[in-house]
Amino acid sequence: MWHRSASFILDKNQNDTVYPADSVTLTPPPPSSISTPQNPNPNLNRNMSMSAYYQTRAAHHGVVTSDWLAQSQEAATRAVATGGQEIVDGGKSGRAFSVIDEFNNWRKQPDLAEAVAAIRALAAVIRNSEAKTMMELEIELKKASDSLKSWDTTSISLTAGCDLFMRYVTRTSALEYEDFNSARSRLIERAEKFGEISYKARKIIAMLSQDFIFDGCTILVHGFSRVVMEVLKMAAQNKKLFRVLCTEGRPDRSGLRLANELAKLDVPVKLLIDSAVAYTMDEVDMVFVGADGVVESGGIINMMGTYQIALVAHSMNKPVYVAAESYKFARLYPLDQKDMGPALRPIDFGVPIPSKVEVETSARDYTPPQYLTLLFTDLGVLTPSVVSDELIQLYL
Amino acid sequence: MDARRVSQVVPKVRQVGFVTHSDPNPPPQASRTQSVPIESNSGTPYDSPDFSPVMIPPPRHHSENLSHLRSAAVAVPESSSRRPMWDDRVAVVGSYNPGNSLLGQPVSPNSSEVNSEASTTLGWFGRNSSGKFSAGSSFPGGGFDLTTVKMENFTQLEGKKPEAVPGKGGGGGVEVNNRESSSNTLKAKTTKAERRETQEAQRAAKAAGKAQGNKPVAAAGGAGPSNILRQPSQNRDDPAVGSTIAGSDRRGGDRPPERERKKDVPPPRMQFDDQGRVNKSKKRAVFNQPEAKNRVELFRHLPQYEHGSQLTDLESKFLELDSMHPAVYKVGVQYLAGDVTGGNARCIAMLRAFQEVINDYSTPPGKTLVRDLTAKISSYVSFLIECRPLSMSMGNAIRFQKSRIAKLPLTLSETEAKAALCNDIDRFINEKIILADKVIVRHAATKVRDGDVLLTYGSSCVVEMILLYAHELGKQFRVVVVDSRPKHEGQALLRRLLAKGLSCTYTHINAVSYIMHEVTRVFLGASSVLSNGTTYSRVGTACVAMVAHAFRVPVLICCEAYKFHERVQLDSICSNELGDSNDIARVPGRPDVNSMDNRTNEKNLQFLNLMYDATPSEYVSMIITDYGMIPPTSVPVIVREYRREYLLI
Repeated sequence: MWHRSASFILDKNQNDTVYPADSVTLTPPPPSSISTPQNPNPNLNRNMSMSAYYQTRAAHHGVVTSDWLAQSQEAATRAVATGGQEIVDGGKSGRAFSVIDEFNNWRKQPDLAEAVAAIRALAAVIRNSEAKTMMELEIELKKASDSLKSWDTTSISLTAGCDLFMRYVTRTSALEYEDFNSARSRLIERAEKFGEISYKARKIIAMLSQDFIFDGCTILVHGFSRVVMEVLKMAAQNKKLFRVLCTEGRPDRSGLRLANELAKLDVPVKLLIDSAVAYTMDEVDMVFVGADGVVESGGIINMMGTYQIALVAHSMNKPVYVAAESYKFARLYPLDQKDMGPALRPIDFGVPIPSKVEVETSARDYTPPQYLTLLFTDLGVLTPSVVSDELIQLYL
Repeated sequence: MDARRVSQVVPKVRQVGFVTHSDPNPPPQASRTQSVPIESNSGTPYDSPDFSPVMIPPPRHHSENLSHLRSAAVAVPESSSRRPMWDDRVAVVGSYNPGNSLLGQPVSPNSSEVNSEASTTLGWFGRNSSGKFSAGSSFPGGGFDLTTVKMENFTQLEGKKPEAVPGKGGGGGVEVNNRESSSNTLKAKTTKAERRETQEAQRAAKAAGKAQGNKPVAAAGGAGPSNILRQPSQNRDDPAVGSTIAGSDRRGGDRPPERERKKDVPPPRMQFDDQGRVNKSKKRAVFNQPEAKNRVELFRHLPQYEHGSQLTDLESKFLELDSMHPAVYKVGVQYLAGDVTGGNARCIAMLRAFQEVINDYSTPPGKTLVRDLTAKISSYVSFLIECRPLSMSMGNAIRFQKSRIAKLPLTLSETEAKAALCNDIDRFINEKIILADKVIVRHAATKVRDGDVLLTYGSSCVVEMILLYAHELGKQFRVVVVDSRPKHEGQALLRRLLAKGLSCTYTHINAVSYIMHEVTRVFLGASSVLSNGTTYSRVGTACVAMVAHAFRVPVLICCEAYKFHERVQLDSICSNELGDSNDIARVPGRPDVNSMDNRTNEKNLQFLNLMYDATPSEYVSMIITDYGMIPPTSVPVIVREYRREYLLI
């Protein structure tokens, strides 16, 4: 899966939108090492742990930092480790099918969200299952989803997607009265449908949010979100005239990629460093962010920096819109920033950091609902407080 | 107060706030403020004996107005408690109108002048309502659920407003008339024909008025004759005029059908500043409760009794109360003595008593179990209310109990029915209280991290369980127990926590702002959570939550879902409980500061010992309930989604 991001780096190097100072820190790995990511690079410092979720993100749309190889190496070893475990599991039941592998296959598609990949992987589990009874199948499915969840505990959408799928698949009591084969095919059908729905969610959100983008507006975006990208793309296709301010999105610089893509669409884009948000906020009409996860309070968990942007926007009375698919709704309720499992991500400062200096490596923050204006989801345009209502109806 | 009942008294100034007045029967004064809805008007129709002391009139605003209106337009002077029309229109307008106080003064027999004046100020509105409500006269005063009808009226009126403005008020009004009269014929005191007649007359008058030009005055004149007919007899009796404000719930076109709405009307509650009703309820009271003499002005609608003598009084009547089941009696005495406190404990005690009642119950000959048992339970509940006002959780439990009785299949034999009911109560206690607590504890423990400092206020059994459970899990945390006078409930909690080896800090609520900066989580219990997210809990909770909010400390409310209530409450005044004023008057163990002792009956001194307060939802970060952790905004979802299931179990 790494070749995609590598090709992107090449893209990025061609369109030289980066400041010269930044290009110092950006050390794109040589193509040879990209083709063989398993090669351990002994020079790189690997003391940083990194959340698998952010590995995927970095792989899909991040601008890669200098310890990229370390990450890929680590990811590879970990994937092998968990994969191996899974195969042992599979060996017990006499099969060589692994959810994780399936999931990783799906995950390689950059347009496919992690949750959708998980859902498809789980559908594959049903398809490959040799279970004879509904109960067996359900247990198998549960095991698969648990192993998926434990494979990456930091990814909210993965967990939420698995949970949601389990609800969706097992909810109807009608299944109990059918014979096993038809019930199974119905489950598969349902799984496909769910995957379809989740896949279409982004389009729906883009359609819904068109009403909010008016001609002549200035939109501030943070990080790279595929939903936000879809929204802006559709707005551009609809011949809306708007301007986008992109934050840089340190440390994976995903903002650069967004700026890049928008420039291709001929949307006027301006890049900001992350610390220039307050400086430019007075010319901004609305803030658009994606979300890693939408939590029960109606707040969002998103890339580091979202909270401060929301705070600045709130204090200047600018609306903050969140675009998130409903499979990102998670039954989590963080009370404050530290109240969730940390998702760590190494940060490259360009210069060696003395070992005595501590580095905050958390990759995401929590934005409380009072700073958000609206959430654009495939369920509709919601106020933050509706999220909990939807979750209650989904899960209880 | 008796002064208020005397006819032709010019209303006295309503003092807002904790004011004292030395004269128990204050001289009537000229003007009144509009904003206090708790004025008593003893002569109103819902004083009718149909209301038991438990039952309370539906919300006071509008209903009384409407009843007047209804009896008004047809000149049938059977009800002596009438008000001039303009009052109704004020209510219809629904907002504070400074002009009202001006209008409110001359409550004179020739109030057709007033009426026309009001119509002038209120324009088309007066016209519209006078035409419209005339057909509603079929409503008798009491016993009928006025709220729903009233709502309908207002809803319709709201709907009519826009088109009525340009001068077509008559048309809109008539339409409403028809609908109303058709829906409510059964309670007619006048015949249909009569009503039709008046209605036609008014329509004609209105048309005439319109023909003369669209002046509101003319229209008011059109509505005049009927007004003049009835006004003289009307306003003699009722000095309490115009003090009501229209409720906020009168708008919204898409109301469910009337029958359904009637069910939704919250159970009425007794207003203790309504002298007539209080006297009536006293007559059927089981034992004497001398009322406290100096009650704080703003809280007169709440019961407050002289404490101390009730227990002996009740005990002395033990042998006379043959209708009372001993288990219920015991629980009542326990409530009264304060031996059973805390929402869950009280609720469980009550349900267990009911269980015994059901076990010992045998249907009297000629009666059905469903009806007789419900009546019995109601009488027990009213006894328990006498001992101590019900908490909302108990109200929910009673509602559950009654719905179970009502839904008993008729085919069941008596023993089967009794067994089923006892089983239901067991399930309620297990599922809704005991298991719910366990789930809450599990959820809450995930929010306790090592190194936390948890603050709690008072003594909540759920919070205690949470702290102990988190301690058992081996989490390293410290507890701050905040307490307050006069109950010192925190001390018992503190003792139990210390016995389990938790490290605690004990402080009084006075120091909460000092201690808050080191706190990382605030765990609070609740007596009830209302559907706007307001938490109704031990007095002082709001203060703690507010300080925590100011210090950006998350506030977690732990409350079982059976305590959720669909009511909306904005302040702690409307519904509350008053404690013994002696409790705050004296400081035990400090004879040197007991200067306030024995002064509870002083005329210019009033003690306010509130038991509960309402914490607004913005101070609450999270509500932990048996359905998980939810934001306060989601309380209505829980109430809506699970009320039915919960009544069905």
